[in-house]
Amino acid sequence: MSLLEIDAINTYYGEAHVLFDISLHVEQNEVVALLGRNGAGKTTTLKTIMGVLAPQSGAIRVNGEPVQGLAPYQIARRGVQLVPEERRIIGALTVEENLELAALSAPQRWSLSRIYQIFPRLGERRKNHGNELSGGEQQMLAIARALIRDAKLILLDEPFEGLAPLIVRDLLKVCRLLADEGRTIIIVEQNVAAALSLAQRCYVLNNGHMVWEGTGAALKADPDIMQTHLGI
Amino acid sequence: MVTWALLWAQLFNGLVLGALLVLVAMGLTIVFGTLGIVNFAHGALYMIGAYAGYVAFLHTQSFILAMVSGAAVVLLIGVILERGLIRHYYARPPEDQILVTFGLAIVLIEIVRLIFGGISRRTDEPIWGNGVVNLGLLYYPRYQVEVLGIVTLVLIALYLVLYRTKIGLIVRAGIEDPLMVNILGINVTRTFLLVFGLGAMAAGFAGVINAPIVSVDPDMGAPILIQCFVVIVIGGVGSFWGAVAGGLIAGETLSLTTMVAPDYAQVMLFAAMAFILIVRPQGLFGVKTRQ
Ligand SMILES: Nc1ncnc2c1ncn2[C@@H]1O[C@H](COP(=O)(O)OP(=O)(O)OP(=O)(O)O)[C@@H](O)[C@H]1O
Ligand SMILES: [Mg+2]
Repeated sequence: MSLLEIDAINTYYGEAHVLFDISLHVEQNEVVALLGRNGAGKTTTLKTIMGVLAPQSGAIRVNGEPVQGLAPYQIARRGVQLVPEERRIIGALTVEENLELAALSAPQRWSLSRIYQIFPRLGERRKNHGNELSGGEQQMLAIARALIRDAKLILLDEPFEGLAPLIVRDLLKVCRLLADEGRTIIIVEQNVAAALSLAQRCYVLNNGHMVWEGTGAALKADPDIMQTHLGI
Repeated sequence: MVTWALLWAQLFNGLVLGALLVLVAMGLTIVFGTLGIVNFAHGALYMIGAYAGYVAFLHTQSFILAMVSGAAVVLLIGVILERGLIRHYYARPPEDQILVTFGLAIVLIEIVRLIFGGISRRTDEPIWGNGVVNLGLLYYPRYQVEVLGIVTLVLIALYLVLYRTKIGLIVRAGIEDPLMVNILGINVTRTFLLVFGLGAMAAGFAGVINAPIVSVDPDMGAPILIQCFVVIVIGGVGSFWGAVAGGLIAGETLSLTTMVAPDYAQVMLFAAMAFILIVRPQGLFGVKTRQ
């Protein structure tokens, strides 16, 4: 049984039809990249999985259990965790409070010290408020919130966007660590090279349609797809 | 002639009035911060608290019982309103929310008028509130001093709930970004019910303890509601310390202006608000929110 199975979902923003019969699956311990140009529907796909948007048709199953139509908090309690594009750190709470908030409803949580081992920078800044953090620190905290919940499936939406190369390198190292220890991840990233260095398989979206799927190696070997749908 | 004695007395009056405004505004600001709803029925809840306390005191002669039952009645009404009505409006446009809470206020006020009539009533002070105390600078009614103490205790309790408990953590996060709290596995709707109930209860409690100071009538909530809006604009939406600062500023502004030019008290209050809006539009302690 797949950890995540999406079967022909259609998602709308009001009247606007954005996702058309999207299907995909993610197996346990797998890192999957979701690629596509700006506006292709990547974020919409992740939001639909998380329950932020409800699909109008189609099925989403987590460990075989249907979750479409459930509220985000119910889907989160099944082990799915979105790390949103805008990071959405709570600015009025300290780093530690942000982490404690994330851990509140988790059936199995990590200790703070385990988080600070992975992100020493967060340990140094644990008493700082969210709105005092740099972009890189905010991204670390956003990922740490998913980890402290011991999420079974992490949805990373452009984790490296707008960050300095040095910080991207550090974050990439953490992501690789998570991938190596078998954490299941869907990563959306404009930085295709970075995404492919983590992912075993990938999907390519275009205008809300799934246009390609296969291994990272096969994608790299297909300059046509790279050119038409990713602009590389 | 403004004498020192008068000045001190008015300063103290402002403090007591301010403290009560803080208590009523606290519920209003936190409900608005988390639920995004401006509750125009908040003043009516304050009024119902005053009536509930009045009735309880009349029948039991115990002011403690009056405080407890007043708070409990309004908590219950708040919970019923949130479950039965308000929660259906969280996702609706602001004009719908304003209309429904405004309409609700009218309905609540008229129900009370139907039951108790329009004449104003007065709750007696509790026995432990009779007389005056020597504050050194002036003699001051004992009950008013006690009100100040009670409100301070309630605010400290509220502070501890907001800043030292898990529920408080959720509420503070929910003020800024309810969707992200939801994504982090927390059932925000259940927290919203609690927030609405507690906000209502604080208003009701303020109504009970203010009943011996002001007269109790069905329309007593309207001026308080307007003053509380000013408090929130001055202090900043959704902020604990904003409500405290805004309430005290509003109380003193009203009280001190009344001393020199009673007709201009409300005008000065709005002038103070306008001044804050110009120099700091988000209010003294305002935070950026994401809806
Ligand atoms: N809130 C919204 N309301 C209406 N349309 C939206 C909304 N958000 C996104 N869209 C539209 O849905 C489509 C898919 O958007 P989405 O954010 O999923 O793209 P994306 O692949 O994540 O793009 P990017 O790489 O820019 O983040 C776009 O055409 C976008 O304009
Ligand atoms: Mg996106």
